[in-house]
Amino acid sequence: MIQTLFGSLDEQQKPSFLERMKEAVTRTRESLSERIEEAVAFSKEIDRHTLDELEATLISADLGSPTTREVLGKLREKADRKQIKNVDELKRLLKEELLAILNTANTRPVEKVDGTPEVILVVGVNGTGKTTTIGKLAQVFRSQGKTVLMCAADTFRAAAIEQLEIWGERTGTEVIRTKAGGDPAAVLYDALQVATARHTDFVIVDTAGRLHNKSNLMAELEKMRRTAQRIIPGAPHETLLVMDATTGQNGLQQARQFTDSAGVTGIVLTKLDGTAKGGVVVAICRELGLPVRYVGVGEKAGDLLPFDSKDFVDSLFA
Amino acid sequence: MFENLQEKLQRAFKTLRGQAVLNEENIQEVLREIRLALLEADVNFKVVKQLIDHIQVKAVGQEVATSFSPGEQVIKILRDELIETLGRDTARLKFASQPPTVVLMAGLQGSGKTTTSGKLANWLKNGGHRPLLVSVDVYRPAAREQLKVVAQAIKANIYEGEVGEANTATVERLAKEARREAINTGSDVLIIDTAGRLHIDEQLMEEMQSLKRLLNPSEILFVADAMTGQDAVNSAEEFHKKLALTGVVLTKMDGDARGGAALSIRQVTGQPIKFIGVGEKYDALEPFHPDRIVSRILGMGDILSLIEKAEQNVDKKKAQEMASRVLAGDGFSLEDFRDQLRSVKKMGSIQNIMGMLPNVGPFAGLQKHADKVDAKQLDRVEAIINSMTGHERLHHEVINGSRRKRIARGSGTSVQEVNNLLRQYAQMRKMFKQMGKASFGRKLAGMKFSGM
Repeated sequence: MIQTLFGSLDEQQKPSFLERMKEAVTRTRESLSERIEEAVAFSKEIDRHTLDELEATLISADLGSPTTREVLGKLREKADRKQIKNVDELKRLLKEELLAILNTANTRPVEKVDGTPEVILVVGVNGTGKTTTIGKLAQVFRSQGKTVLMCAADTFRAAAIEQLEIWGERTGTEVIRTKAGGDPAAVLYDALQVATARHTDFVIVDTAGRLHNKSNLMAELEKMRRTAQRIIPGAPHETLLVMDATTGQNGLQQARQFTDSAGVTGIVLTKLDGTAKGGVVVAICRELGLPVRYVGVGEKAGDLLPFDSKDFVDSLFA
Repeated sequence: MFENLQEKLQRAFKTLRGQAVLNEENIQEVLREIRLALLEADVNFKVVKQLIDHIQVKAVGQEVATSFSPGEQVIKILRDELIETLGRDTARLKFASQPPTVVLMAGLQGSGKTTTSGKLANWLKNGGHRPLLVSVDVYRPAAREQLKVVAQAIKANIYEGEVGEANTATVERLAKEARREAINTGSDVLIIDTAGRLHIDEQLMEEMQSLKRLLNPSEILFVADAMTGQDAVNSAEEFHKKLALTGVVLTKMDGDARGGAALSIRQVTGQPIKFIGVGEKYDALEPFHPDRIVSRILGMGDILSLIEKAEQNVDKKKAQEMASRVLAGDGFSLEDFRDQLRSVKKMGSIQNIMGMLPNVGPFAGLQKHADKVDAKQLDRVEAIINSMTGHERLHHEVINGSRRKRIARGSGTSVQEVNNLLRQYAQMRKMFKQMGKASFGRKLAGMKFSGM
């Protein structure tokens, strides 16, 4: 059924990303494609009912009402203009619309000055997977033969420092730490001093999870940014917002607030190996132009993949 | 973004104004706005559909009660339906007839199981129990270390044990050892913190099932993040199917997520939400109140509870009399003013009331000033009015200088304060007169004071 509607699934055996994503995302019993299939099976024509069903489909992937309405509005317009009655075509157009949004992402990391470390600040609400992501990121850079330093600036959560240290051991990366309850900006200062002296390629900074509506905690991030800037020009070069793929529409608010306070330059979408789609990143990209840089698909060091918008959209339909 | 909902609903309600009976056509626009609001709050779209269908069936054919606007009537139906869905009972923990009571914590990665385990132990301790904590999360780096730090912070007992190899056998052994430890140390509740797992991870879900068989827990609590979107139904349903959950803890409620996942999870599991997590401190665990989260999902703060309180406390007949008098242009006497004051006081402290208002629109920023309001002020005002004669209360214009002096003496206040009160009262009268023309009186009579 899926084949006849959407073209053969194995027509393009692409490299690991798509497979991994497929593996991750097809596990859901109610995949997007199944529901689209359900939707278009009713009628060959694109009637009101079909669009209603498509709407439900996009909504259930957490794209949110405004984005869904916009995408479907454009889809309907194009379908009318091009006289599209064929569901294959409709699906292709829908993917195009989603891709168009993801490709508007225009935020870039700051270029680093040659010979100085590139600083990556990792932020997000509680429990999204910041520390795990940092372990995986270190693995990525280490495997490219780069030198990496981790900075344990989550001095608040119980055993956060120990957790990062275990990731340090696993990836052969040194962790700069202070005692629990210490000043995050101070440990950041130390880490950047060490990295500058050693000409380390990357410094990855772990921060405590914080809810974006707590202004004092958000101000702490601003302070950390100022500290980084004073030691290394342009730092932090990249600020990654780690977001759980299960997050609903609150993800938008998270992205807005963290961008305001911490100058987010990209998103890491974690836990994509579950059944959640993480569609809120489409809404975030539409509003803030923030790109997704990486996706997390498991608990092992190798389970972090670079984001590819086409593969992501495809995986929604896989 | 959230503020829009109320405005949109207001607009939608306008089309309903003046309609005597709710019918399929005239409630469509309201239902559409409600649908969008619920989706925006992350209620699962299937659950939304069911709710909308129920509301439609309930609403259609209802005569619009004279006391409210048709829109308010739809909102009331919606509110009742949502509270019904969430369950009215504020649930308690079940305890085993023979201790130790075993509480098994379950959930996805990062939902807050470890923090919640600590909060629950703290809550039990404060309730006179002797909880014992154990972490069987042998997988996540430093997970067991984390619970240990938490236990130290709240001075709760913890069973540590040795891990050895990270596998299911170790998990089962640790759980058994912990239960023995609980018995040996006379702990009446054993809280088992488990590793976060995906509901589609068959191996780890089997591990949970074997823990359940092994320990026969009285409570299996599903810990879920309040920020969860549409996928909440998938994970909750699967956990429930495999484990027969007994309750839910909704965490990170101190964020600004609308928490629609609560409705979704409740709907697919049928299990009550027992607690909510409202902060990073270990005492930030509260019993769940369905009515509060309903207002939150609808983006109305606790204004609904406020309306309810007003309903309970205001003498309806008096209020109606007053409203009609104000409307008829007979004016608003000092007598009425005092009645109003008394009903406000009955509703609880001003701080409390202000805390219940949504932090949007005209109320924005009000909560910050709540502690600056002088509650004593209300008492003084009432004393001033009490010191007037009946005639003075009905005919404020007779209150001259010497009467003011007498009133000030009688109420233990100053002439200045009496003057202030009279000035404010004059302003209110003027305001009511103008609003009476704009049918404010009817609104007042319909919405706040007469029965729902």
